[in-house]
Amino acid sequence: MNPSLCTRRRRPLDAVMKALIYFCAGLTVFILAAMLVYILYRGIPQVTWQFLSSVPSSLKQVYGILPSIVNTLYIVLITLLLATPIGIGGAIYLEEYSHRGRLVKWIEFTIETLSGIPSIIYGLFGAIFFGEAMRLGYSILTGSLTLTIMVLPIIIRTTQEALKTVPESFREGALGIGATKWYMIRTIVLPSSLPGILTAVILSVGRIVGESAALIFTAGASTNLPKNIFSHPMTSGATLTVQMYFGVSNGKYIDEGFGIALVLVVIVLLINLLTRVLSRKLEKK
Amino acid sequence: MALPKPSPGATIMGSHKTRTLLETVMYLIFLVCGLFAVAAVLGIALYMILSGTPAIYQIGLKEFLLGALWRPTADDPSFGILYIILTSIVGTFLAILLGVPVALLTAVYLSELAPKKVYAVVRPAVELLAGIPSVIYGLLGAILLVPVMQKLETALFRGDPNHQFTGGANLLSAVIVLAIMILPTVINVSETSLRAVPREYKEASLALGATHIETIFRIMIPAARSGVITSVVLGIGRAIGEAMAIMMVSGNVVNPPFPFNSVRFLTTGIVTEMSYSSGLHRQALFSIGLVLFVFIMVINIVLNVFLKKGGEKR
Repeated sequence: MNPSLCTRRRRPLDAVMKALIYFCAGLTVFILAAMLVYILYRGIPQVTWQFLSSVPSSLKQVYGILPSIVNTLYIVLITLLLATPIGIGGAIYLEEYSHRGRLVKWIEFTIETLSGIPSIIYGLFGAIFFGEAMRLGYSILTGSLTLTIMVLPIIIRTTQEALKTVPESFREGALGIGATKWYMIRTIVLPSSLPGILTAVILSVGRIVGESAALIFTAGASTNLPKNIFSHPMTSGATLTVQMYFGVSNGKYIDEGFGIALVLVVIVLLINLLTRVLSRKLEKK
Repeated sequence: MALPKPSPGATIMGSHKTRTLLETVMYLIFLVCGLFAVAAVLGIALYMILSGTPAIYQIGLKEFLLGALWRPTADDPSFGILYIILTSIVGTFLAILLGVPVALLTAVYLSELAPKKVYAVVRPAVELLAGIPSVIYGLLGAILLVPVMQKLETALFRGDPNHQFTGGANLLSAVIVLAIMILPTVINVSETSLRAVPREYKEASLALGATHIETIFRIMIPAARSGVITSVVLGIGRAIGEAMAIMMVSGNVVNPPFPFNSVRFLTTGIVTEMSYSSGLHRQALFSIGLVLFVFIMVINIVLNVFLKKGGEKR
């Protein structure tokens, strides 16, 4: 190694490294672009009104994704209904009430752990705990309960970030004029961190819509339309991803799989756009 | 901001009681919400252990972990998951080897070289890559990657009588899919930590005559070391736990993990057989789940205890 900084010898190496950096960044973008283009190319011919609005039936030789759209909506709704209050509550506890102590360390550690547990483990746990121990069987409810635990870290983390952006002076002002803590949180802190909380919810929707491994053993695979709106959560139901997985893995519905892939990609794109808009709003504050 | 209307006759003293009650109740509710995560992790750990240990006890720990034969449905069944464990380890390792350099250099590009306009395109692209569901990775892998692998395999092993042809669904295909899937994780965390490197380091290095590229590789990356390592560990966690994406590209046969063998991972082993297993076989699948859970917990503890502490020191 030449110790002098003025040698010219390292210049070629510089160029090589720079080329490598550009190559890698280009590769990342290329992979994504290729994936998107290919999904569009194979998916667009599939996504017709009939595809979106019919119930799959091998008797009638029809393939459609209406039931799994409905099931996905059910699971998203129930999961959010359960996870959002718990997640926001947890975040409020960590940001507004807790003092840095051992308990908080444990809570933070378990949240990290939850976000690291792979979905297949959630699936196994959901199947034995909610499915067998609580006797819910293969049902949309079992799936939703399982996903509730899974999206909890997303909601807590994102809400915490939002709460952190609320200036301390807002809190002090409210407390100073005599508001109690809960009154201060309800009227000052939560409204000002609303865009962040919405981001948390939207991110969770993305995670739920894309989930498959945690749902196969919990929510099951049937693709029927709800017979009764209220009892439907107790029946088994495949989401878009699960229907796509089963259709593709038995080799029968590859093209239709691309149709579902396109629908999923559009949803993911929308979610990314929305979070972008929201985070910009939060930054403006 | 509207203040609550004082109810007629209420004094500050009178409303004090109900107020403190409400305050205490809300505090308790938030505390319970906070403890929910703790309860969930304890519950998951408990149930994984409870459902995973009976089969290990029955089969024997050594036989289970070190046995090379996985024949759960034979008349004389044997439950050895050595190859399955090795596949998960080797597959993850190779995916990291392939994915991390690409991801790290992309992070360097984003934090140091990208012009604003390009950044505005690449950044969302990375985020989108993170949001694409794993089944889609699996589908694309099966349709685009596997045929290429098949050609490569036929070219490489033409006339080799000992090779079992996999039709392209093999360890290498799975590794490539995993490597792509860990990109966003590693890029995001590395980029953040590269941006967190104090400006003075970079400026001092440039002032001493080092080129920009030298500064990046000799100063910035070493200074962002702990963040980069964290990103790699997160990537390992993501790769070892991935199931659906590699279901369709790994071939799903229990084999030693060589690049052109059809293989089965811990995760895919569970997904493949769960639907038709029963009795000891089903319990053994939960034991595989327990092994995976132990891996994940080790990764988590490494992340939280060792890496976080290292970060605090700096």
